[in-house]
Amino acid sequence: MIELDHVSRRFGEQLAVDDVSFAVERGTITVIVGTSGSGKSTTLRMINRLIEPTSGTITIDGKDTTAVSGEELRRGIGYVIQGNGLFPHWTVARNIATVPTLLGWDSAKIARRVDELLALFSMKPEDFREKFPHQLSGGEQQRVGVARALAAEPGLLLMDEPFGALDPIIRAKAQEDLLAVQRRLGITVVLVTHDMEEAIHLGDRIAVMDGGKLLQYAPPAEILAKPAPGFVAKLVDGADRPFRLLSLAPVSSIVEPGTAEGPPILETATLRDALSELLWHRRDALPVTAADGSTRGKISLSNLVAHAGGAA
Amino acid sequence: MSRLIGPAARLSALALLLALVLRPDWFEPILKPFTENNAPAIYTQSSLLSLTLAHLGLVAVASVIGTALALVMGVFVTRPMGAEFLPLSRSLVNIGQTFPPVAVLALAVPVVGFGLKPTLIALVLYGLLPIFENTITGLKEVPENVVEAARGMGLSPQQQLFRVELPLALPVILAGIRLSVVINMGTATIGSTVAAKGLGEVIIAGLLTSNTAFILQGGIIVALLAVLLYDALSILENRIAKRTGRLAEVAG
Repeated sequence: MIELDHVSRRFGEQLAVDDVSFAVERGTITVIVGTSGSGKSTTLRMINRLIEPTSGTITIDGKDTTAVSGEELRRGIGYVIQGNGLFPHWTVARNIATVPTLLGWDSAKIARRVDELLALFSMKPEDFREKFPHQLSGGEQQRVGVARALAAEPGLLLMDEPFGALDPIIRAKAQEDLLAVQRRLGITVVLVTHDMEEAIHLGDRIAVMDGGKLLQYAPPAEILAKPAPGFVAKLVDGADRPFRLLSLAPVSSIVEPGTAEGPPILETATLRDALSELLWHRRDALPVTAADGSTRGKISLSNLVAHAGGAA
Repeated sequence: MSRLIGPAARLSALALLLALVLRPDWFEPILKPFTENNAPAIYTQSSLLSLTLAHLGLVAVASVIGTALALVMGVFVTRPMGAEFLPLSRSLVNIGQTFPPVAVLALAVPVVGFGLKPTLIALVLYGLLPIFENTITGLKEVPENVVEAARGMGLSPQQQLFRVELPLALPVILAGIRLSVVINMGTATIGSTVAAKGLGEVIIAGLLTSNTAFILQGGIIVALLAVLLYDALSILENRIAKRTGRLAEVAG
């Protein structure tokens, strides 16, 4: 668990981060969202002490981050930045091995770990190990960047606009990869983005920042349904808000008993996908099935609509 | 980056240089027309090979000292603690470049005596500027997010410098060293005026006895050395630049 307690950071006259407090649960993804100059990056960079707070304390699993040197702290925390920041003069294998090498792992263990991570990100070790970053596509560079951050098995991964430089299709793939890896490894992720869509998609909790202040810290559904008045409300207010809300819950959450005609929907699909199917096939209800094909019940348009609105 | 000369030209230049240094008498028929009053066409007071080796040695020592000095200064002024010394260092290095080496010799001889020492001082001062400026440029051109990633993963400032920044700046620094070496190759000839052994001896002997053949002989050897070294260092630079992926980025 990471706890920020009344953390502020001043750059000269400018108060970049103003008395921010929040706690991140272990094994969750927290997304800090805001416009440029909101203090979101500064907040993230104070967690691994790339920037030192002017006041306030930050603890990780109860330990004050200032208890060890900044370098030692950072070697234990994964860090991914926009445009990946791979070392262009090192091979993929050596890039991934950066932190294990700093920590003095023996070379056989490092080589095993490099292959393991390449495989985890579906890159064939024998094809990619000896390549240089400039020989990779943007998506591959991004994956190597994340693999490098995870090399020393950190419990915490900090990501500063990690998908900002990717085109939309590769970005969607990279987001799915991150979710899969996070679930598989059970690590804690704190991610910074300016993209509310990305925040809602990835975050277990979202911290909205503006002008250095933390305006709201809540799960995505609550941010959408009950946004704090002012900046947050303006940020989430838009024509597709009901659809964003529907995209957060799976079909299994509102499945009803009974049967219906038409093409079945998987119970793991989102409500947004279900709505799309219902509208497309011009049906009031569709059958719901589990992954193994067994019928679970039906989903009806009227029930869906009841879940798409904000607070009445 | 275009190389100065192609492989064929490079080989012929090397062959010509070796012939001039090892078998100078082969060139007597060509050089004879440049002499007057039956003066010798070929310099024989010292062996051209030993003069060439002395010349190369002089330039090598001056370049190593100059590189070390300029590199340390360039790294220092790009660190946070040395940033305020940048204007001062830049002025000093610029003075080194603008102050004529001949004047440096004249000032140095009374202090350190004749021979190698004053020549080394003049060469080192004269060759600092390109290495110093290229070190600064090379380090500043290292992409910011690469340095940020290095810091973010827990590399210490020294590890950032030696594992990331200097290797990435190396091609640019090498270009500065190459320029400095070539400048020193020509400038080192003036060392012979203060009794430093080198190819300047041949040229100065030619000037003193109005023997154009000697001047040509010394001048051509120095010029060939400079061209070949420039070429060799360019090749080395390209190799390293390719390894760091910079050329690939430029070529797309």
